[in-house]
Amino acid sequence: MLRRLTLHGPGICWKETRTRTISQNKVVMSRKLHARRIEGIDKNIWVEFTHLAAEYKVVNLGQGFPDFPPPTFIQEAFGRAVSGDYAMHQYTRAFGHPPLVKILAKFFGRIIGRDVDPMEDFLITVGAYQALFCAFQALVDEGDEVIIIEPFFDCYYPMVKMAGGTAVYVPLRPRGICDQAQSVRSSADWVLSPEELASKFTPRTKAIVINTPNNPLGKVFQKEELQVIADLCVKHDVICISDEVYEWLTYDGNKHVKMASVSGMWERTVTIGSAGKSFSATGWKVGWAMAPAHIMKHLKTVHQNSVYHTATAAQEAVAMGFQREYDKFGTEDSYFVQLPSMLHAKRLRLAQCLESVGLQTIVPQGGYFMITDISSLKVDLNDPSTEGEPYDYRFVKWLIKEKGLATIPVSAFYSPEHRAGFENYIRFCFAKEDSTLNAAEDILRQWSKGK
Amino acid sequence: MASSKHKNTKRIEGLDKNVWVAFTSLAADPSVVNLGQGYPDIPPPIYIKEGLAQAAMVDKLNQYTRSFGHPPLVKALAQVYGKVHGRQIDPFKEVLVTVGGYGSLFSTMQGLVEEGDEVIIIEPFFDCYVPMVRMAGAKPVLIPLRLKSGTKKNISSADWVLDQDELASKFNSKTKAIIINTPNNPLGKIFTRDELQVIADLCIKHDTLCVSDEVYEWLIFKGHEHVKIATLPGMWDRTITIGSAGKTFSVTGWKLGWSVGPEHLIKHLQTVMQNSLYTCPTPLQEAVAQGLLKNYELMGQPDCYFSSLATELEVKRDRLAGILQDAGMSPIIPEGGYFMIVDVTVLNQDLSHIKDDEPYDYKFIKWMIKEKKLAAIPVTAFCGDDSKKQFEKYIRLCFIKEDSTLDAAETILKNWNRN
Repeated sequence: MLRRLTLHGPGICWKETRTRTISQNKVVMSRKLHARRIEGIDKNIWVEFTHLAAEYKVVNLGQGFPDFPPPTFIQEAFGRAVSGDYAMHQYTRAFGHPPLVKILAKFFGRIIGRDVDPMEDFLITVGAYQALFCAFQALVDEGDEVIIIEPFFDCYYPMVKMAGGTAVYVPLRPRGICDQAQSVRSSADWVLSPEELASKFTPRTKAIVINTPNNPLGKVFQKEELQVIADLCVKHDVICISDEVYEWLTYDGNKHVKMASVSGMWERTVTIGSAGKSFSATGWKVGWAMAPAHIMKHLKTVHQNSVYHTATAAQEAVAMGFQREYDKFGTEDSYFVQLPSMLHAKRLRLAQCLESVGLQTIVPQGGYFMITDISSLKVDLNDPSTEGEPYDYRFVKWLIKEKGLATIPVSAFYSPEHRAGFENYIRFCFAKEDSTLNAAEDILRQWSKGK
Repeated sequence: MASSKHKNTKRIEGLDKNVWVAFTSLAADPSVVNLGQGYPDIPPPIYIKEGLAQAAMVDKLNQYTRSFGHPPLVKALAQVYGKVHGRQIDPFKEVLVTVGGYGSLFSTMQGLVEEGDEVIIIEPFFDCYVPMVRMAGAKPVLIPLRLKSGTKKNISSADWVLDQDELASKFNSKTKAIIINTPNNPLGKIFTRDELQVIADLCIKHDTLCVSDEVYEWLIFKGHEHVKIATLPGMWDRTITIGSAGKTFSVTGWKLGWSVGPEHLIKHLQTVMQNSLYTCPTPLQEAVAQGLLKNYELMGQPDCYFSSLATELEVKRDRLAGILQDAGMSPIIPEGGYFMIVDVTVLNQDLSHIKDDEPYDYKFIKWMIKEKKLAAIPVTAFCGDDSKKQFEKYIRLCFIKEDSTLDAAETILKNWNRN
């Protein structure tokens, strides 16, 4: 019996055509296979560019991971966990290994000046990435709007889309647009317009995502800037998803302010953090969300119906790491003091190196990354395989293939609508060994000489 | 006051209850003998732990690896499963590494199932299948395994079968997928080739996907054979086969699993992966890869962990069965896996004083944990509402436990009627 096309919800659902195509011995299913929720989100810059960086021999300042090892104390903690008793290799508590949630609640409770409940207010996830996923799946329904500040870590948009939400963008803009070449040299100069931001809030706004320190720009939102956002959240009863994975990495005396500590915000903020970024061990994939119980319970529901647990031994090691950092907090011995100090020096080096070859950089107040304007570089890209792609994508691919240097195109961190304005920036990661930075410097110098 | 805007999304409506969350905290009391949640208290093979310690000492293995699976691991998986399936498997296009078997089930549901779809689930089923299908917006359609008529003593999981006509009646044009689990949790049933052929024929006839949860694939007891439905004619192109490092190497706390299938299906699971957690932990994947390669070389030999674990478990299975029989019960002997279900009616425990609105098995186990210090899992957690009456006198016991744990359980059951 032939079925008709039926209108189903917002789309059309293909339910007819049961004919099977048999080619050779292969039976190919003829019905549409994939779910609509994953439509349009199959491309991913990390998948694309890590593959490319692996294919060519490159000096890799692209994807955001350190090429130096995690600190000894955390590696030792992991070793102890691995050689521990059988329980270290079996399931732990689904919402987070008790030693870990307890120390995190203590640690962050002290920072924000509040009693945080380890069992109710914390969820341990497979990286901050999965914490973001839980937040969007738990809180964003079809038809909800989510405000995203551009430039943004690229996964926010596909996650909002997969949750059926609508992304509403508001850009950070360089202050005093007239003389960009001279005056716009720090991420601090990129700001939101309070009026423009306010105009983005509608009755359908469910959440706003902020990322501080910001990837890729490196902006560290100041208290006053967060207050503006907070006031709007309170006024419109909106949830704030605050991605703070780079929270320890602030430079030039900039202080990281936790959105959850801003008045009116604890009750409506999901704060996201990362052990990978905190302890330079991105491959461990341990992250967390912190939120008041009435919101956290929904993230827990998503978690228990998607991955259910995070790996035990890694959580045990991260718990040990945080216990140490709790005891040494604010002292010279703290890794959370040593790491930003180390990265600060590297940031300086990379900025100097880029500027010495005539590249305009935007000096980041925080984070792992620096973005650079490449408009002054006139390069004959001559690569038919990248034709039709945005300029920065083409440039980055050319740089990988021809110069052996990997970076990331910044237009990837913009919405499809606004990408066109930002195709002249590329992103460098400076959380790298000095030898890597030296090698990058050599490549750039050679190139600059050769011109 | 909690804002109305802070309520849960529709996709998770009603999915907040979870049997594990409820029972693991009750069983966490160290004085309780825990035959509940499915994890070993026997140690994993030494080389697996050592492999992890060594991997963590390599700098770059502490950083992100390839999103869809660490290359050494997907290559090892393609090798092992290539041999088992008898076909060339592309490690990059036909394999996805996920956060446990659970993560593979989730990626499959999110990638391939949506509102308007129906998904057939065989009861008793691993409890997450129904909430995952519902979270994907689809309708679970349940069909129970039933005890063959005429079965008297010494019931085995093989005596529980599907009614073919009943199964056929569950398929229609909306049926997107059927989930099978072999060996089955909680029953321990291993679907025979003929039983799988019946399912396969229906999948082909109705152009349906098959999600085959085979996490216990190596835990096969003597006289039985694990058959992969993906190896039946016409099935590779429509099947996702799910496996688990946790169950394979007795390291459930590593939370690594995988999906193996044709590119045109796996690619959609990969899309979910890159938009949900991006990648799985690197050092764990490296260690599993080493473990798989080591055992690949030993496949077919007695010291291959895939078979030595099954041999070790069979002894424990028989021991637990004996303990339950001595207590007057008739356990259903599983053909595979590490669980056994048993009807507790003969223990005659009157729980009418407990006024909860829960099925008998939930009440019984809560009582048993409190009064007898023995933990199990209620089997009605593994079935739909319509089948609750059929299963509410059954409890599930896990036997991948040290002899001392089984000893302690034996003591409790021997002393059951005292005090």
